[in-house]
Amino acid sequence: MELILNILGAIATIVLAFTVGMSYGGIVRKITARVHNRMGPPWYQNFIDAFKLAGKTTAINHGIMQHFGPAFIMVSSIVSLMIVPVLNGGGWFENLNFGGDLIFLLYIMVFGPLGMALGAGQTGNPNSAIGITRGLSQMVGFEIPWVMALVALMVQFDTTSIVDIMRIQNESGTWMMFSSPFAFIAAVMAMLGMFRYSPFDIVGAPTELASGPVSENGGKYLLTMMSSGSIFAFVKLTLYVDLFMGGADNLIILVLKTFALYMIPVLYGIVSPRYRTEQSIRFFWGWPTFFGLLAILYAVFV
Amino acid sequence: MINDKNSQKIVDILQNWARKHSLFVLAYGTGCGAIEIPPTMTSRYDAERFGIRGAATPRQADVLLITGYLTTKTLKRVIRVYEQMQDPKYVIGFGSCTINGGMYYDSYNTIKVLDKYLPVDVYINGCMPRPESVISGIVKLQSLIAEGKANGAAKYKENLDWYRANQKKIIPNWVMPEYNW
Ligand code: SF4
Repeated sequence: MELILNILGAIATIVLAFTVGMSYGGIVRKITARVHNRMGPPWYQNFIDAFKLAGKTTAINHGIMQHFGPAFIMVSSIVSLMIVPVLNGGGWFENLNFGGDLIFLLYIMVFGPLGMALGAGQTGNPNSAIGITRGLSQMVGFEIPWVMALVALMVQFDTTSIVDIMRIQNESGTWMMFSSPFAFIAAVMAMLGMFRYSPFDIVGAPTELASGPVSENGGKYLLTMMSSGSIFAFVKLTLYVDLFMGGADNLIILVLKTFALYMIPVLYGIVSPRYRTEQSIRFFWGWPTFFGLLAILYAVFV
Repeated sequence: MINDKNSQKIVDILQNWARKHSLFVLAYGTGCGAIEIPPTMTSRYDAERFGIRGAATPRQADVLLITGYLTTKTLKRVIRVYEQMQDPKYVIGFGSCTINGGMYYDSYNTIKVLDKYLPVDVYINGCMPRPESVISGIVKLQSLIAEGKANGAAKYKENLDWYRANQKKIIPNWVMPEYNW
């Protein structure tokens, strides 16, 4: 009985993440269009795209890894989704939360891009290869402030559990973004790179790299990547809300908080042109890392 | 993939609806007509409200837009691009040059009638067609898709020998991978 409940819980979480993530994607397209003074597609455009992609034939074969690549990303997204608690204090299914989940999450979040790198490497498309190198170098850039922010949190509150951090915030009544502000600043700056909107869209770079790593993937593979990207966006946003904004008591508050947070990279992206790879890395190793360092010092000495 | 109006099943109707509202366009900028694509996609005419979106590579694209004259040299690349696209796929011939050669009707190194080499679903005439006519052409393609009549790809597969013969007449050094769908 409990097993069935767990499986149902996992499916419900995936459906929730998929729906929210895809809708956010559509809303972002709408917002971008409005900023460009266009009408833009309807907010459910991404669902139509997904449905269409599911109906396309996919007769591309470059070898085994190419077929595994999208699956790896999907697995990584779903596993990290299972680890991040959706709501405060058991308001949603438990899934796989456990004591050291913050550290595990750090690892599993880079698993998807690495799998993708293997998959895209096998397609032999030069655009994919360039996209992958750019993506991995950018990851080296933003992972540093991001890990520093997380380490600062772990040191300050002496825990590696997301649920604990949420509990501490609820008990003390202050959000982490106020009780450890430098960690929040570093994490938000790292988030800009994580979401890969301009000016950090050097991986996909449509006109320059022909969409980079995914350039050999059409049809169902593109669908897999699109949906895993949406799920992963939900995971990251929920994680940020959990860590810095005191979690959420119900789904409506969760959607409001994540959406507000999501607007930071989106709005910053709409008005920015694209960086080159080294500019992007230099950005992350500049102020974000400085704030990360400050956060650790703050956590240790204050 | 051949589905005429009478034999459309519920699934086809649903799928065709989705296809119609989500066209990823690969604009192959062959001729001067390509300059009309940016205004069609950007603020003034905003093709994205129809669900039209640029695709970066043939693998992701649904529609191949041949924007103008095709030289014999580019024809080879276009054929390769077309054959890399995944079903269902559609071709839009853009400008008079694709219909009958246009102002290049007597040129020695452009092809005259695109339909002999690739199955064209919709032609947009004009030299060059304005964004309004581009959009109307795309809307025409959408209605064809909804009716299940945009069967260019199926036609291509059926008459592959005929198309290949025509293509090889133009391209003497045929070094291309053989695709078998
Ligand atoms: S139809 Fe006119 S505008 Fe278009 S490619 Fe031919 S000459 Fe150029």
